[in-house]
Amino acid sequence: MPLLTTIRGNRSCQLVLGLLTGIAFGFFLQKGGVTNYSVIVNQLLLTDFTVMKLMLSAVIVAMIGFHLLKHYGYVNLHAAKGSMGAQVIGGLIFGVGFALLGYCPGTVAGAVGSGAMDALFGGMIGIVIGTGIFADLYPRLKTGILKQGPFPAVTVQEFLHLPLWIVIGIMEVAMIGFLVVLYYCGF
Amino acid sequence: MFDYLSQTVWSPYIAGAGIGVLICLSFLLADRPLGCSSAFVKARGLFERTFNPEGEKKNEYYRQIMPNMDWSFMIIPGVIVGAFVSAVLSGQFHLVWVPPLWGNTFGYNTAIRWFWALIGGILLGLGARWAGGCTSGHGLSGSSQLSFASIVTAVCFFAGGIVTAMVIFRVIGGL
Repeated sequence: MPLLTTIRGNRSCQLVLGLLTGIAFGFFLQKGGVTNYSVIVNQLLLTDFTVMKLMLSAVIVAMIGFHLLKHYGYVNLHAAKGSMGAQVIGGLIFGVGFALLGYCPGTVAGAVGSGAMDALFGGMIGIVIGTGIFADLYPRLKTGILKQGPFPAVTVQEFLHLPLWIVIGIMEVAMIGFLVVLYYCGF
Repeated sequence: MFDYLSQTVWSPYIAGAGIGVLICLSFLLADRPLGCSSAFVKARGLFERTFNPEGEKKNEYYRQIMPNMDWSFMIIPGVIVGAFVSAVLSGQFHLVWVPPLWGNTFGYNTAIRWFWALIGGILLGLGARWAGGCTSGHGLSGSSQLSFASIVTAVCFFAGGIVTAMVIFRVIGGL
């Protein structure tokens, strides 16, 4: 697609698209209620499932959309083979920070836009500091813990040795089923 | 139409589906996953370049994720603006110094809340880069691509978050 190549290769166009994508993302996050501290913390306390509903709805739509676009050659896979050391350790460190701060790197910016000052002076500054710590540790981590326990496959379908559209079908049914169960459990 | 834009909250299913479309558009038009944490690397690298250019040049990580203004850098200012517009349209924009749930549990001391928010932010930044992405990069964009690493990471985000929140609010806070 020459048009897509032109759009992707034009620096100013990409800056404007990035800003517009961010604006739409922030708008949806705020309207969805997930830029609110108590909504996120109550999700982690398992008393409010708004975050889960929003995230699963996004994945339900994007999983089909992405794979259809990929089938017709319009998009590329951007996924890497992870490892236990990177994914599990990094994920758990993130989780502790997620609960302490009450926002994640996207919703923290949305919370700032909604007026949450703890998201600005605590959260965003903290994330920049934490990112710097990782950048300084990176030369030592990249050959050590980040390489520990490499995963055997990049994608779920490779991991399970199942055809792509069967896996998509199972995942979609599981996600929609989970949301239906949540609804009938009164959440 | 305006009524809808000025509603306080939308159904999370509708807002989520909108984000799903946005993820597809990001892959299509920018050839990138929609994520938020790499913008913080770029911000940090640009800061480093200004105050410690030698250190920035030597740092391997900034050679991998170049500190420059690009599509992924613009996401964060965009999110701030988009959330601000949404909050103002629904009359929900208020300056909050300490969130009520925290305040009612641990008191409304701003310094204490900001201190713990700062510690949380540091761990969030460290963990996001350690795992190679955050709730949007792994949790949404990665899971949608059926990336095995992203799904494992997203489960760990919530496992760590749920245990920590239970300890903070139920055990320490007595909520």
